[in-house]
Amino acid sequence: MKTVKILRYAVMLVFVLASIRLITGATDLTSTGTASAALLLSVPIVLAALGGLFSERAGVVNIGLEGMMIMGAWAGGLIGSQHGPWAGLLAALVFGSVGALVHAIATVTFGVDHVVSGVAINIIAAGLVRYLSTILYKNGTWPGPSQSPGIESISVNGLPVLSGGQYFGWKSPDLLGSIANLNWFFVSDLAAILRGLTGDVSYVTMVAIAFVPLTYFILWRTAFGLRLRSAGEAPIAAESLGVNVYAMKYAGVLISGGLAGLGGGFLAIVAASNYQENQVAGRGYIGLAALLFGNYRPGGLLAGAGLFGFADALQLRDSTAIHALLLFIVVILAFVAFRKFKSGKQVGAVIALVSAGFTFWFYFAVDELPGQLVTMTPYIATILVMALASQRLRMPAADGIPYRRGGLR
Amino acid sequence: MRNLISRKFSLSKIGLAVAAPLVAAVFSIAISSIAVIASKNSPIEAFKTMWDFGTESASLMETINIATPYYIAALAIAVTFRAGLFNIGVEGQLRLGALFSCYIGAMFVLPPVLHVAAVFIVALTVGGLWAGIAAYLKVKRGVNEVISTIMLNALAGGLSAYLLSKHFALLEEGSNNLQTKELPASAQFPDLMPILRKLGVEDQPGGGVYGMFFVAVALGLIFWFVVNRTRFGFELRASGLNPIAARVSGVNSKKMTFIALVISGAIAGLAGLPEILGQTHTYSLGFRQGIGFTAIAVALLGRNSAGGMAVSALLFGFLEVSSRALELIDIAPETYVIMQGSILLSAVIAYEVVRRFKLTLQSNELAKGVQS
Repeated sequence: MKTVKILRYAVMLVFVLASIRLITGATDLTSTGTASAALLLSVPIVLAALGGLFSERAGVVNIGLEGMMIMGAWAGGLIGSQHGPWAGLLAALVFGSVGALVHAIATVTFGVDHVVSGVAINIIAAGLVRYLSTILYKNGTWPGPSQSPGIESISVNGLPVLSGGQYFGWKSPDLLGSIANLNWFFVSDLAAILRGLTGDVSYVTMVAIAFVPLTYFILWRTAFGLRLRSAGEAPIAAESLGVNVYAMKYAGVLISGGLAGLGGGFLAIVAASNYQENQVAGRGYIGLAALLFGNYRPGGLLAGAGLFGFADALQLRDSTAIHALLLFIVVILAFVAFRKFKSGKQVGAVIALVSAGFTFWFYFAVDELPGQLVTMTPYIATILVMALASQRLRMPAADGIPYRRGGLR
Repeated sequence: MRNLISRKFSLSKIGLAVAAPLVAAVFSIAISSIAVIASKNSPIEAFKTMWDFGTESASLMETINIATPYYIAALAIAVTFRAGLFNIGVEGQLRLGALFSCYIGAMFVLPPVLHVAAVFIVALTVGGLWAGIAAYLKVKRGVNEVISTIMLNALAGGLSAYLLSKHFALLEEGSNNLQTKELPASAQFPDLMPILRKLGVEDQPGGGVYGMFFVAVALGLIFWFVVNRTRFGFELRASGLNPIAARVSGVNSKKMTFIALVISGAIAGLAGLPEILGQTHTYSLGFRQGIGFTAIAVALLGRNSAGGMAVSALLFGFLEVSSRALELIDIAPETYVIMQGSILLSAVIAYEVVRRFKLTLQSNELAKGVQS
């Protein structure tokens, strides 16, 4: 039942986007390029958010995701440029875990406040990689103090028959691509988006997306997952039943760092072709926001990361599409007003309608949004979504509370 | 009575208070020595070079100039820490505060002191309003203030870039440096050289100590007094230490949350001003970045106390200035970041270990008391 509902919403979403494309002529709203860029930009956030999931389900708040991603991106650049992309990704995973180990020692063993330790790790990670990069630049290994040499790219592939993948030298037809080129309303839009999501996808991306169901399976269908979650919900009760809470928390934080580091490595190796300073640019925090948006569930965080990736892809590719997106906001606000009215909340309905009217006016008042404001889209989206979604969140009951065996504080 | 005094000043207590910073210092010296050795240099030479350069009077003045904004921003963060919250958005608040106070402050001319006061009010208001968004979202919509202030940081970056380039900047012929109109002389804060000269300090090529230093000191005193000696400060700390107990005893914790975040933002608005009022007199694209993030470390290291944060702000400033001399002996000056980071992490852990040790000591003493 639930899958059907999600599919219905997804189709509705594409329909609205396709209509807006038709009205405004902003073709990038539903183009293959946008969809594939959105996927590429979502993956690091998905990995960071999955990392956050492991850690927070074990009861350790992990603001340090950002720092662990920075470590991962740097290690990806260092090892990736010398020993190839796959070794780089492995190094990213290991370095992220090293950052996580520091976080685990501070929070689990010594009981330091989780946010304090996480922020400390972010500050340290940024400083450490800057220091090490400078040394590498000075001894001539790196071309600049803020960037690594180039890294080989990892090959891409697509679904057979549908998206023109290559298998053992056989080039399959690109069915979705041809439908997308037909320019039929809605059908071609849907095909273009699917083509973007399933064709020319890096192998790393496939692995990363596969982590989402895998995480669900590990956390909700295995004994290890149950124990890990019990450490985040009721550690004292878990301990009394023989669960080693410290070990579970260590495991959660270390996996978290590995995934975040991998996300950082992805940025350097797959999304770009070398490490650059400030490459992570707050994606660890966005991953955390995606996790909260998804109510600490794998499926939810995927949706949150997708939303951010889509907004980011649009602002990178075409700023006129963001202008067209204002109409999308009008539609959503009208929908909210309708829902509020139906459930008898007249005041809320009026507020939503007035906001819709204002956005509609704004759409016609300006021809194009200035670039600096367009880059703000993902952050505004995150704040709005948090404002709407925060009240139905249920975080793990003992999340963020330092735990000490024996009940001492 | 004697018992009380001896308990307050017992040897073990003093020892414990000194232990944490001492352990942290030793640990961070060890870590940064390893970093220096790893780049094939002598740590003793490095520390000596830093000390010699850092204690010259020009360097000391610059240390104070760097520490002043750190201190003000750290005070802003400490207000929220004391209330059990975390305003990570100081960076954005101080940026917008600086931008608007430059733009609005350059529009008119007032008598000297009044004009500076007007600029302060603009900075306080803008910083407070920007933090007010996070405060509203926290109180009314239950949005975690850590996440919302991080997002607001990114928004402040985009918004200030937009406003500067499209509306606030003064376009000069043949120059593509974006900056606001220069503040009139009445809005500039004189430096402290006249006083320092009387004390026998000679003029230095790098300029004097910003007058805002006094403002930072005053803010520190006010912070100490309000937090520790007033009812408001008590309610603030109470709602931070135990929100449920605070609510039961009549503290409106939602109100305290809102006020704490807004006050924090207002103070943060001032943190961008020392350099602007003392030296540049304009907001430009080159506005110093990262004050708000370093200030988090300063607040954590100083344990949110007015005195502690002053010491840690000066320490961070000293490391930043003195490490420039490392370039002379071919060591990356970025070493200071390693030092700052390792001090922070080891201090945070050491404080916690000492706290736990104290707790054990207390419960042992209590057990002894019950037995006898």
